[in-house]
Amino acid sequence: MNTYKPILTSIALFLLIPLFYACGGEESSDRQTSQPEVEEAGLSDFELEHGIGPVTEPVEIGEIDPDLVTKGRNIYEMKCEMCHNYQGRMVGPELGNVLERRSPEFVMNFILNPGGMTRDHPVGQELLREYMTVMPFQNVQRDEARAIVEYLRFYYEENY
Amino acid sequence: MDNKKSNTLRGLLLGAGFIAVAAFIFTGCPSQQSMFDSGDAAQKVYVAPGEHDEYYGFFSGGYSGQLSVWGLPSARFLKVIPVFSQDPETGYGYSEETKPLLMTSYGFIPWDDSHHPHISQTNGDADGRWIYINANNTPRIARIDLQTFETKEILELPNTGGNHASSFVTSNSEYVIGATRFSIPYEMDLDVPIDSYSEEFRGALSFIALDPETGMMEMDFQILVPPYNYDLGRAGKGPSSDWVFFTTYNTEEAHTLLEVNASRNDKDYVAAVNWKRAAELVRNGAGETMSAEYYHNYYEGNQGIAINDVKDQVTVLTPQDGQNFIYFLPTPKSPHGVDIDPTGEYIVAGGKLATVIPVHSFSRMIEAIENQRFEGHVENIPILDYDATIIGEVENPGLGPLHTEFDGRGYAYTSVYISSEIVKWSLETFEVVDRIDAYYSIGHLMITGGDTKNPDARYLVGLTKTAKDRYLPTGPKQNHPAQLYDISGDRMQLLLDFPTIGEPHYAQAIRADIVTPNVKQIYEMEDNDHPYALRRVADNRVERDGDVVRIYMSSTRSHFRPDNIEGIRVGDTVYIHLTNLEQEWDVVHGIAVKGANNSEILVAPGQTKSIKWEPTRTGIYPFYCTAFCSALHQEMQGYIRVSAADSDVPLTWSTGGN
Repeated sequence: MNTYKPILTSIALFLLIPLFYACGGEESSDRQTSQPEVEEAGLSDFELEHGIGPVTEPVEIGEIDPDLVTKGRNIYEMKCEMCHNYQGRMVGPELGNVLERRSPEFVMNFILNPGGMTRDHPVGQELLREYMTVMPFQNVQRDEARAIVEYLRFYYEENY
Repeated sequence: MDNKKSNTLRGLLLGAGFIAVAAFIFTGCPSQQSMFDSGDAAQKVYVAPGEHDEYYGFFSGGYSGQLSVWGLPSARFLKVIPVFSQDPETGYGYSEETKPLLMTSYGFIPWDDSHHPHISQTNGDADGRWIYINANNTPRIARIDLQTFETKEILELPNTGGNHASSFVTSNSEYVIGATRFSIPYEMDLDVPIDSYSEEFRGALSFIALDPETGMMEMDFQILVPPYNYDLGRAGKGPSSDWVFFTTYNTEEAHTLLEVNASRNDKDYVAAVNWKRAAELVRNGAGETMSAEYYHNYYEGNQGIAINDVKDQVTVLTPQDGQNFIYFLPTPKSPHGVDIDPTGEYIVAGGKLATVIPVHSFSRMIEAIENQRFEGHVENIPILDYDATIIGEVENPGLGPLHTEFDGRGYAYTSVYISSEIVKWSLETFEVVDRIDAYYSIGHLMITGGDTKNPDARYLVGLTKTAKDRYLPTGPKQNHPAQLYDISGDRMQLLLDFPTIGEPHYAQAIRADIVTPNVKQIYEMEDNDHPYALRRVADNRVERDGDVVRIYMSSTRSHFRPDNIEGIRVGDTVYIHLTNLEQEWDVVHGIAVKGANNSEILVAPGQTKSIKWEPTRTGIYPFYCTAFCSALHQEMQGYIRVSAADSDVPLTWSTGGN
């Protein structure tokens, strides 16, 4: 008799399968609603010009603030200089004159959201094609990104 | 198939089908839970890809000297934290930062035997800030920080032989305890005949005070006790939280063939120590200062090179009449584990040669002390009357009961070595209610959230000593197994059986949500206080001071600065101080130099690590990043030119031609 036990069990289980299967509907509908929404919309005019990231409005730019320049230079020398020259390309593009090419908001968004910019912004995608590397996020906070922009403004005024 | 059989079969099939359909009709769609109850162990341990386990399990490495980290219930292997043994994978014990951690009064020791991890506690619950673990051989305790999962501190215990009854913390992490397993002459380096054991040898119970803010250890005092083997310890809880308990064996005071000679007495002792009272006595000057030599190794800042703080004395408390801080509870028979239930009332000893599991009552013990129910004294330590403290003896526990943990629902679970099983018994009736096999020869067991006032008690892990036929065979020596059991129901259920690293001697598990909010993703570069850190990229450089050359190097995806170095000479001692300038989680760089006779180093984001290299031959030495860091990882390399000892090649360094 014992030889039949496994067979009997599997047959009994087999009989149950269609019945249980009918119970699965709820879970699968859950799964559908938990799918993240795919971003299909194109970029706004602001995003095209100023990048995608936490900076979503124009940043106030006034007289050059020397304290902010010092703060920005310290962060730049610690976290940016490894891969960027002021003049001429290195791992990434030259930055001495970056504010000729990009807006302050664009530079800040690129620092704060390098992965997103590379993935979703046409300029980021083009830079990836050109430099073949994704800029890393260097744990720079928003106020620090603003300070880096101030330093780059200062550098540009002094050297160009 | 003959007719009779086929009829029976048909009948059975119909019957089974009918029952299944009927069961479905009567109960409707099965809930997730009832599917589980039907015994689907795989479902219970399944954690979907990308999702996280509910518990961290910290398994000691035993003779590997390390601590391994697992996700439970899936048994995902997360990491090995190097503690007492060198680890060439990470450079632990090879890098200049970590080598001092392994220094002792016996010199640099590259290995030890780590047994009992214990998580720091607040109000009797594990708080997930630090985990302490003992070194059995050259007695030490280490502290691992659970923000970075790194060993941050190691303290040597003076005048101690075999620190096995360690490293258990008290309810508010006031103390972590240690003890002598092998009694030795207490006086430092005393050279005496071994057969002077009873006269000259002593045990020492160590009380290491913990800083409530930093978790840092300080040897507060030791208690000098008779020359027995102090085997395991635990701190009390709730009403007993001012007390710690140690088991003893070898009250026979044997010093040879202990297998026979230390198994003669019907009872040995559980030593009950009121640590609060002992500490008060020490504060009031009852201790004496004795000379000792022991190392305290730790980091002074966030990062940097560990320092050796060498101590030369220790405070010792020798029990005197009327001090009332230590008592012996007679306990059958060479007891191994001593475990305190979540209420703090029951003191359960595992008499590895006993036929019962003896359970002492803490409140009865206090009563017996008040009523002076003593059956004698040994070295001024009162021995309490067995009948006065015992409250139950669990009959028929199997052969060789060792360790007990509790579910907080009134049940205890004891590992039983010789009969290789776990027995579940009631703290009310002291009767066995369930038992289940262990594969094979179980030592410790642990319950999730265990050895606290409030165990979660979802799962139990059995830590076993031999695998034999459980897995695909891997030769005469196989890795030790662990088994995961579901203990949420009335009956224990085996869910999983998996090999581990080293000897998983004891383990603890804590709910992940207590730990994960504090886990660091990077070392912030702004806070890097390492003396050889690079805080500005432009500061990368090479400096020579006599024969010592220091290379201040940085790494980022995907290059080193500098990456071309000339002017090193045979006979130089070269230190490469590599600062990883990444600030992104888990972007690690490493460095390895051809011919270096130590190891690579792995450097976490924002961290500085150093490796020493003494080139013995001239030539060009390539070095490269050992961590696969980026698409251009293979390009992450450099060259060092080594010239003859008397060469005048100038010291130069560069990157990218500038």
